[in-house]
Amino acid sequence: MPERPAAVYYFGTCLADLFFPEAGMAGIRLLRAQGVEVIYPRGQSCCGQPAYSAGRTEEARRVATAQLGLFPRDLPIVVPSGSCAGMMRAHYHALFAGTQDAAAADRVAARVIELTQFLVDVIGLKPRDLGPPITVAWHGSCHAMRLMGVGDQPKLLLRELANVTLVEVARERECCGFGGVFSVRQPEISSAMATDKADAVVATGAEALISGDCGCLLNIGGVLAKRGERVRPMHIAEFLWERTRGDG
Amino acid sequence: MATAEFRVSARKALADPELRANFRRAMDGLMSRRADLFARAGDWAGLRALGAAARLRALARLPELLERLEAKLVERGVRVHWAETVEQGNAIVGDILRRRGARLVVKGKSMVSEEMHLNHFLEGEGIEVLEADLGEYIIQLDHETPSHIIMPAIHKNRRQIAKLFFERIKGARYSEEVDELTALARAVLREKFERADAGISGVNFAVAETGTLVLVENEGNGRLCTTVPPVHIALMGIEKVIERLDQVPALLALLTRSATGQPITGYVNMITGPRRAGEKDGPDEMHLVILDNGRTRVYADAELRDVLRCIRCGACMNHCPVYTRVGGHAYPGTYPGPIGKILMPQMLGLEKVGDLPHASALCEACTEICPVAIPIGDILVRLRREGTRADSRAVQGAGARRSAFESLVWSAWAAIYATPVLYRPMVWTLTRLGGLLPRGLPGLRDWMRVRARPRFARRSLHELARRAGLPDA
Ligand code: SF4
Repeated sequence: MPERPAAVYYFGTCLADLFFPEAGMAGIRLLRAQGVEVIYPRGQSCCGQPAYSAGRTEEARRVATAQLGLFPRDLPIVVPSGSCAGMMRAHYHALFAGTQDAAAADRVAARVIELTQFLVDVIGLKPRDLGPPITVAWHGSCHAMRLMGVGDQPKLLLRELANVTLVEVARERECCGFGGVFSVRQPEISSAMATDKADAVVATGAEALISGDCGCLLNIGGVLAKRGERVRPMHIAEFLWERTRGDG
Repeated sequence: MATAEFRVSARKALADPELRANFRRAMDGLMSRRADLFARAGDWAGLRALGAAARLRALARLPELLERLEAKLVERGVRVHWAETVEQGNAIVGDILRRRGARLVVKGKSMVSEEMHLNHFLEGEGIEVLEADLGEYIIQLDHETPSHIIMPAIHKNRRQIAKLFFERIKGARYSEEVDELTALARAVLREKFERADAGISGVNFAVAETGTLVLVENEGNGRLCTTVPPVHIALMGIEKVIERLDQVPALLALLTRSATGQPITGYVNMITGPRRAGEKDGPDEMHLVILDNGRTRVYADAELRDVLRCIRCGACMNHCPVYTRVGGHAYPGTYPGPIGKILMPQMLGLEKVGDLPHASALCEACTEICPVAIPIGDILVRLRREGTRADSRAVQGAGARRSAFESLVWSAWAAIYATPVLYRPMVWTLTRLGGLLPRGLPGLRDWMRVRARPRFARRSLHELARRAGLPDA
């Protein structure tokens, strides 16, 4: 296990900023409860992914450039989203290759780590469950799995919780259909994917759908809400915080 | 501009429950068979590295290897033809057949022949073409094109095939039994094999070192096509060449495991020329037609060149959540699914199919399982970018998707998100006033067809973090 740093940078992501600030805060609280100082650079906005994946490289670079200077100390950059972390970790190199910021971008990319990876791989968190019995389903985001290499970490955390029963969603590695601009450009396919995912989640009988990515939560949660399903979509940071209240 | 086409055809496919069920069932089966075979992660990673390296090496020295392949084949009595366009390819095949006075041709599976629309061309020349691969035979009976590059009739279920055979094959009795259906098709095909004047086949790998054409299949029809008729014409794209024979095992293992979840196919044909004196079977005349059809242009760009690594295993289709839902016929051109999304825009031009690279959630399921590690997601993004760039020569139709409105939206977005003194007040305002997103927002109506309207939080994370007294640096 890598050495536990005294402090980390926290990159909250633009989606959490506007739609899921409590999830963002829960990540911060979890870290602080472990005695890790959390630095929240005020200049942060977005990793640039929306423009990048739309093929708008210049615009993506412009926004990403504005983030590069926010993390001067050699500390991990913890991101409560596999997708945004993946953008920084996997794509910043190519995005800045040949520019004057190339070296700075590589230095940032190398330190980016997704929240559950940090909690498990660096801190070795074993959360202690204080909540009532509940059944939950897990949805891992595509980029957490395929760009960040997040594997078992989220499930390890959930399985540590004594009163939480974790059930598997059918075809659990299949995309929920969010894909940022994809949901706007191909709304029918995106909707079909989101609907199938919501069906699979409901079929598990879980009371909550836990994910590590706000994009997936916005998407699947949107379908669940529209249909009036009782499954609560929730970010894993918020869920962990709610279950442990810092008692991890 | 034909850019809304995929969305339209996808919508149609999505509304067909039988089609969706057929694909879902078939793709689920293919995925689990593949996963079982690659269960040991070490095997997969090692094999994949070998396969990718073999393909990369071949592409790095493509012109030289093609020359060596040609020389070897000529040495063995194979006539090699180069076709820059599909028209040239068709003319070459047509000439060979005409010279031999061929009336009936049997054909094994070949996606290059689909690229060429060869059947259509030959029928126009008065030559009967019979598809000898069972799947290809099924769709030929129904006048369709392949919906999958490995399993061309995968869009049909057993009942649909039974009905088709009953209606189209003379003397057939109705049966939904797989064995009976296969036997029925086989009887038709066997009879034609004996009368065929020529056989046409594809190529899976062409080995430059030895001049060997490798062809895998499960039904034996490929072997018949390449050995029974007096003339054999093999078709391949320029990228099919590999350097050495000892690279074949790894590539074959990757191909069959990825494609159908088989450790090996029923038949592996290694063809090294026409029949020689004293040999019992084999054609007395053999040709190889090597087709470019836009590949040289793909090759010219260092990043886009990776598309040519493809070994046509079809696994990216099987694992694609979009393909699984709409099926192969929703895609324009010959190759559907992820490989189609990165290849067809380069073959047909972004002005025609510039919407294809956008028809992906960039979930990277394809990149994850591609046996030769093609960075499919990155190439999709690159092609999206090409669509907005009028200054690029890399892809035909670059810049065709430029939209002044979209450019404006993105520059405004970038200006705000790159400038904290603009970004923070915007977020503050949205959380204070917004609640619900404004209805007029582009795309929101479509989003809300199956989802609730997203809600802004009352306080942003920026605000909460500041209140919590977190240090800024
Ligand atoms: S792109 Fe990769 S996965 Fe898709 S057909 Fe080609 S080799 Fe197979």
